[in-house]
Amino acid sequence: MKIHEYQAKEIFSRYLIPVTNEVVCYTVEEAVAAADKLGLPVVVKAQVLAGGRGKAGGVKLARTKQDVPEMAGKILGMDIKGYTVEKILIAQGVKFSSEFYVGLTIDRNSKSVIFMASSEGGVEIEEVAKDNPDAIHKFVIDPDLGMTPFLARKIAFALFSDFNLVKQGADLFQKLYRIFMDTDSSLVEINPLVITEEGKLLALDGKMNFDDNALFRQSAIEALNEPTEDELKEIDAKEKGLTYIRLDGSIGCMVNGAGLAMATLDLIKYFGGEPANFLDIGGSSNPQKVIDAMNLILSDKNVKVVMINIFGGITRCDDVARGLIIALDKIKVEVPIVVRLSGTNSKEGLEILKEANLPIVETMSQAAQKAIELCK
Amino acid sequence: MSILVNQNTKLLVQGITGRDGSFHAGKMKAYGTNVVGGVSPGKGGSTVDGIPVFNTVEAAVKATGANTSIIFVPAHLAADAILEASEAGIGLVIAISEGVPTLDMVKVMPYLAKKGTKLIGPNCPGLISPDEALVGILPGNIFLKGNVGLMSRSGTLTYEMVYQLTSNGIGQSTCVGIGGDPVAGLYYLELLQMFQDDPETKAIVLIGEIGGDAEERAAQYIQEHITKPVVAFIAGQSAPPGKRMGHAGAIISSGSGTAEEKIKAFEKVGVKVAKIPSEIPDLIKQVME
Repeated sequence: MKIHEYQAKEIFSRYLIPVTNEVVCYTVEEAVAAADKLGLPVVVKAQVLAGGRGKAGGVKLARTKQDVPEMAGKILGMDIKGYTVEKILIAQGVKFSSEFYVGLTIDRNSKSVIFMASSEGGVEIEEVAKDNPDAIHKFVIDPDLGMTPFLARKIAFALFSDFNLVKQGADLFQKLYRIFMDTDSSLVEINPLVITEEGKLLALDGKMNFDDNALFRQSAIEALNEPTEDELKEIDAKEKGLTYIRLDGSIGCMVNGAGLAMATLDLIKYFGGEPANFLDIGGSSNPQKVIDAMNLILSDKNVKVVMINIFGGITRCDDVARGLIIALDKIKVEVPIVVRLSGTNSKEGLEILKEANLPIVETMSQAAQKAIELCK
Repeated sequence: MSILVNQNTKLLVQGITGRDGSFHAGKMKAYGTNVVGGVSPGKGGSTVDGIPVFNTVEAAVKATGANTSIIFVPAHLAADAILEASEAGIGLVIAISEGVPTLDMVKVMPYLAKKGTKLIGPNCPGLISPDEALVGILPGNIFLKGNVGLMSRSGTLTYEMVYQLTSNGIGQSTCVGIGGDPVAGLYYLELLQMFQDDPETKAIVLIGEIGGDAEERAAQYIQEHITKPVVAFIAGQSAPPGKRMGHAGAIISSGSGTAEEKIKAFEKVGVKVAKIPSEIPDLIKQVME
């Protein structure tokens, strides 16, 4: 789960990490009032749950009084990577000398939390990682010890030469680690972290992502969730035990297991077709799941054919077949369906499907080719 | 021979009285796995499918001499169950539980390292050495005893691959589902080395997916340490960037962890990569000749 910049900075503030003075605004009028209060210049920043806001024109510096309504008007309602900008942040302009990047994330290789720091802040860190990987310092944090003062100092010495800044940095990094652990984050980033004219460290931006598996114990974080329409559909699916992601093609897919589902999409593409969705019906074999899955697939009007690829492990093919028969009875399915059943109880499943007169194929390659053929 | 599990495996089932735990305890026993006991706090003294149930792992180990444990408890209790097994001296723990908070796993790892406990998972289907022991939720009937070692981040895709191998008469030494979570136990490198050291294994199949750089690291490890032939498949070649396809591992961000990069890394070190699953048996036949 992701949250907005202003929400991340609110959390930073609670842990006494210095952030810019700023106001969240939903209208141009609010933006003008906020700029009056904060004083010019201000930075107008789109608040959307997508990266690359700056490049998309969603971040502008307003120097004059006229700039504010003009820029706020332009950015509000703007589309950034499929997200409509509904709120903007009016942040006090700050004079600063250098920009740094600091961030915490999970490192799969060391199986620990890792702290990343770079003097090349203010640009996308992925770019730095690609072009100049040595510019990013990485520190693995021992989970038993946590962010010790000496480690925090070591990180700070890697970034700053002035001891006053080292002290500020070490303090800030320990707080950032506490935030990461307290909130079950998967990513906490300040980019850029700047040195102001007064010689103080300040978080100019903030980004936080969270571990979805831990939201059950993070109700305050979960309350900040703002799912998009597509995500709502995905959440609804999840509650029914399904994982659904909408794509652009015309071949609806129903598969059990994420890996097999991905491989199914790959196969459709390999043979020249376009999948309409990723849909994993998961492990258990409740016929209701098949009905829900069918409804979900058909809610996408681009779907011209449905391909069902089941490899029974825990999932029992006869249960899937039964669910399918009920689904076909309950919902009016006007598109052709291709079925491939293998594994646990596949014989029984195929027997059940015989009466429904569906095209049944033996392998997933055949299923994909048949689906593509029926799509034309 | 085989790796990790065999006839000497004495298995405990933690969470044996739950729906999945009891179902799969029965399945594993029916396959021929030596299931010596179960653990379910408060249900000690009862039996499930003739298997004795204990209140603690410690008591179960004392009574049965168990050396391996499989975990079916709910996700938010899984880390504690892993620690309990490790503390009781279990050498190999397989965590099936799905949805374990990542930081729970981060906190568990140092203790396992200290105790020398091997972990597979969480969020994995387990493993099988055909005709010897099934420790997991894999459908035992599709496997065939033989000489191919297989490791995979995905469950059902493993079944698909095994099905392709078995129907072509190619048997397996051990098949391991390592799980798709960001922080997990044994991974490609450790398993590659185990298969390398296992005399029964003649070739290795590695099934990866998009996200992270584990496959790239595996490619490098193969070049430096593995002399047995390896064949690979990468799922998610058509996945759109930024979308999470069910596994926490399967997310492409900012041009790293794409299928293309992983395939390139494998091909560079001479590992043949199947474009579609049905190519795997032919590639295996080629490299085993």
